[in-house]
Amino acid sequence: MSATTAAWLVLAAPLAGMIVIGALFNRLPGRAAGWVGTAAIAVSFVFALITLWKLQQHTPGHRELTSTLWTIANIGQGVDARATILVDPLSVLMICVVAGVSTLIHLYSVSYLQGDRGYSRFFAYLNFFVFSMLLLVLAGNFILLIVGWAFVGAASYMLISFWYRRTTATSAGIKAFVINVLGDIGLVLGTFFIFRHTHTFDLVASFRAAPHVFASGSGDVTAGCLLLLVGAFAKSAQIPLHTWLPDAMEGPTPVSALIHAATMVTAGVYLIARMHPLFQLAPAAGDVGAIVGALTLLIAGTIGLAATDLKRVIAYSTMSQIGYMIMGVSVGAYTAGLFHLMTHAFFKALLFMAAGSLISAMGGNQSLNAMSGLRRALPFTFFCFIVGGLALTGVPPFSGFFSKDSILLFVAGRGGWHWALYVAGYLGAFLTGLYTFRMIFRAFLGEPCPEALELIEHGHLFHPAVPTNPANGEVEDTDVGFPGPDHVIAERAIPMRAAMSLLALLAIVGGIVSIPKTTTWLDHFLAPTFADSTLTSHPSNGLLYFGLILGAVISLASIATAYVIWVARPALAPAIAARARPLTTLFENKWYFDELIDALVVRPGAWFGRFAQNTFERVIVNGLLIGGSTGLVRAGSALVRGTQSGILRVYAGLMLVGIAGVGLYFLLQS
Amino acid sequence: MNIGWYLAVSALIFAIGAGGVLVRRNPLVILLCLELMLNAANLALIGFSRMWGNGDGQVFALIVMVVAACEVTVGLGLIVAMHRRRLPIDVDEMRELQG
Repeated sequence: MSATTAAWLVLAAPLAGMIVIGALFNRLPGRAAGWVGTAAIAVSFVFALITLWKLQQHTPGHRELTSTLWTIANIGQGVDARATILVDPLSVLMICVVAGVSTLIHLYSVSYLQGDRGYSRFFAYLNFFVFSMLLLVLAGNFILLIVGWAFVGAASYMLISFWYRRTTATSAGIKAFVINVLGDIGLVLGTFFIFRHTHTFDLVASFRAAPHVFASGSGDVTAGCLLLLVGAFAKSAQIPLHTWLPDAMEGPTPVSALIHAATMVTAGVYLIARMHPLFQLAPAAGDVGAIVGALTLLIAGTIGLAATDLKRVIAYSTMSQIGYMIMGVSVGAYTAGLFHLMTHAFFKALLFMAAGSLISAMGGNQSLNAMSGLRRALPFTFFCFIVGGLALTGVPPFSGFFSKDSILLFVAGRGGWHWALYVAGYLGAFLTGLYTFRMIFRAFLGEPCPEALELIEHGHLFHPAVPTNPANGEVEDTDVGFPGPDHVIAERAIPMRAAMSLLALLAIVGGIVSIPKTTTWLDHFLAPTFADSTLTSHPSNGLLYFGLILGAVISLASIATAYVIWVARPALAPAIAARARPLTTLFENKWYFDELIDALVVRPGAWFGRFAQNTFERVIVNGLLIGGSTGLVRAGSALVRGTQSGILRVYAGLMLVGIAGVGLYFLLQS
Repeated sequence: MNIGWYLAVSALIFAIGAGGVLVRRNPLVILLCLELMLNAANLALIGFSRMWGNGDGQVFALIVMVVAACEVTVGLGLIVAMHRRRLPIDVDEMRELQG
């Protein structure tokens, strides 16, 4: 089996899983749909590993393989749409991460979603989501890339709105879909700019042609890259297209894990890394990406400090971490950015799984204000939270420590104004530790809350008397379209515990693939893809050690600060909030981004819609176009209707006159 | 004899028939007038047949007679039916489809 065959099978397995579950959704007994879905993704992961193994057997110069199944359309002028995949170190790294983490998330969902009436539907969607993402990363031309890109958006819509009778969930799904379509438009238009000059949709051929047809920094390549960035920002939730991500927390928790860790928000990072030969010709676009990434990581960090919804805190931390990755790949730190993507996938999936377990113990309530002292009630979940939190904060030797520092080291090595990004990165690192451990300390330390006491003393899970929507308190039932009646915690479900243990292990040791001065496996592996990179950075050894020490100090200091504020001196947090009232208000209102977009886009759009409906449609369309033509017909028929009197003799007379007229005409003609 | 005379008589009879159809209101008389018009046409056909010296026109005239006979059968039947339902025997009164 060649590497490309294995890669095709990577794609085929989740697709087959989706079709099987979708076709048999009401015949599969019990949790069978979950196991089928998990098996499909596991098979996909095995093939991803085979692809990796086969690819490594090629010499480093020949690790860029393409395979075409069939030609979709080939109509000359360079329009060559083929079902082509591209197997190179970058895409293979991505399929391994995506399929691997997705397998564990599926395994977790087998237990977590049990009892939900939409169980089979959930796994069909989940498999489709993974298939879309794999298609996106394996795509060998722009067409398939756009198809995968759009599929990911559609799948996220279906899964965010999975509990479709919850109004909050459906509107969150719509928001995610609309913003993602905005990104799709950016991607498509960007493709046009590039296609206009390279005259091919093939990725490899485009990259080969790009240096010859584009002058460095020329208008078209910069415009194309900026439009690609719009796509990347929408998918990766970067400012100002990030507002869908926190709302997407309305979906079931495994979906959040999937979106954040494996299948969706990393697509933007991948896109920039994949398009790096183009971005190197457009330095301005790279700068925009780096600045937006840095802004996002700071702003998301501050909002995370003020958010009170457990899942939203983690969502903002994702935004912030993706900010690091976007900044990294935009300045040319491709390996470091992808390294962070990988470690982030491990610890963020872990954090979300732990959050799901915690929310189950709280009977569906996600508010941090209601949680406290759950440490003894949920020891395993607490352990996972601590491991994930330490990795996210970047405490040595957890995985996040190495990956975050390698991005910032590269940024510093670029020199010049990049030092501002370096400072922003470490500021963001401090914020990361602060909000992460604020969340953990508030949920797990302190006096046990009633839900925790019930678990500790009576040994059974808290279930609310009437299920309600945690977002707005609406009363629900447990039928299809709402969450099922069962709440499952990791302490009592082996599949969940297995998935979380594996991820905890990876979150701890994941950094081993690229430890400075020790291991360079990831650099060697990715070198063939990024060998032609012109954006290089040569930080000194001193800077390297300084960065490592600074990262360690900042992460530990942030945890200590969080401990002081939220545990040792509980009165301090409200005091600081009161002292910096304007700032707190700003953070609590998420920097007013929702309001800003509402005022700039949504309301003018709604106004225009009302104008179109009330004025344009009523007056121009109904009045003039439709009213005009119907009026014409009506007036004409009124004119002719008078002759239909029913009087036989009139008809006979008209007939005579007519025949006489025709006869006369022919007489005069001859 | 000149063909013109035949045609003149034919036209005269046709005009009388057409005028009767337009003027009279009794369906029986209208049917009679229609017969006049058909027979005027027959006269013209036979006149032309004689002028050209072949029998085609006479064949046409025979067919017209057959059609006229059929038409009278249906028309008289209708008039009898109207009479039986005590409907007015007047075409101007019969101006709607429903009886």
